Amino acid sequence: MDPMPHASPEETPPRPPDPAARDAHGGEVVIRVRDLVTHYGDRQILKNVSLDVHAGEILVIMGGSGSGKSTLLNHLLGLLRPTSGVIEVLGKDINTSKESELTEIRRKFGVAFQGGALFSSMNLLENIMLPLYEHTDLDRRTMEIMARMKMEVVSLSGFDDLMPAELSGGMIKRAALARAIVMDPRILFCDEPSAGLDPVVAANIDDLILDLRDATGMSVVVVTHELESAFKIADRICVLDKGKVLTIAPVDEVRANPDQRIQNLLNRRTEEEELDPEAYLRRLTGEKEP
Amino acid sequence: MTVDIAARGPATVAALSGEVDLECSPAVRRALLDALRDGRPVIVDLSLVSYIDSSGIASLVEAYQAARKQGTALMLAAVSPAALRVMQLARLDRVFNIRPTVDDALAVLAQ
Repeated sequence: MDPMPHASPEETPPRPPDPAARDAHGGEVVIRVRDLVTHYGDRQILKNVSLDVHAGEILVIMGGSGSGKSTLLNHLLGLLRPTSGVIEVLGKDINTSKESELTEIRRKFGVAFQGGALFSSMNLLENIMLPLYEHTDLDRRTMEIMARMKMEVVSLSGFDDLMPAELSGGMIKRAALARAIVMDPRILFCDEPSAGLDPVVAANIDDLILDLRDATGMSVVVVTHELESAFKIADRICVLDKGKVLTIAPVDEVRANPDQRIQNLLNRRTEEEELDPEAYLRRLTGEKEP
Repeated sequence: MTVDIAARGPATVAALSGEVDLECSPAVRRALLDALRDGRPVIVDLSLVSYIDSSGIASLVEAYQAARKQGTALMLAAVSPAALRVMQLARLDRVFNIRPTVDDALAVLAQ
């Protein structure tokens, strides 16, 4: 798999839309995935995944460990190439676009990585300004004001000079969000935005994501295994299981879905795997398969 | 995007139109800082702005700060609801002097 780095988006109402597709109901589709298949070696990770993300919606991707949700996110970010299938972001097929087209798309993404992905040698302000340095020729003063506006939005005002090592877990998550939105992205991707945080701080992050979407109209794709957070912020939830989409539906429909695998996920029950006693014994004793 | 600068009564009116984004916000910044040079109050008319991003708002912040430093008024007129929501998120609606129209801003200056 050859890595294909990507990055950052934006939107406020009467902006002319990019020539993205429209769904059957006429709503703008900002991300369109069709029949996505991917492998790690011989192992198939994603199995014909198809989904749409609409303008202004919050889509939460959920699934247990190994369900393929992180792999799907990496594909949406253009970090992995699929075995087959199509991924269109803002109307462009990111697997066949030229580098110059990809750069344009990257300017319209924002990504809040799970661990923050802050540079340890830069202070908070410099970390948040980084996408502006990479993608614009703005005056430094303008960049600083833009970064500080976003720091105010995520309640990090006044912490310009703090280094990443001096930040709490919640501050790192908020800093990652600030950097992700500094270019006014049209699409914000959040990887486990509230994982590992105490309930109050996690709820604050959820509120922040909702406020950002409401104020800017951006689309948000969140990968999480935090049920409470998903139910609070999602317009629709995509449930993945073993690389397949089980459902993509509004929160209430997902909750009411009778599929046992979905109910297991929602009720935090692990599915009992079928046990082959012979194979299990071989694994325990380190014997090769006959 | 265009910036039209015109004298109106005691003030200079800077009328922006179109989309104010990363590409053109440096021009807006320069125009507003230039408009402040003669020391007259500046009213930024945003009624014809269809979109303004953070770089555009940052340019307004910088001009507002420059006006304050030189003891001049800078007012924003006819801020669209979309732009206002973005300003509210960063609590800038509590910083800027925002008036509903240019005429209203002129009336305030006349008081």
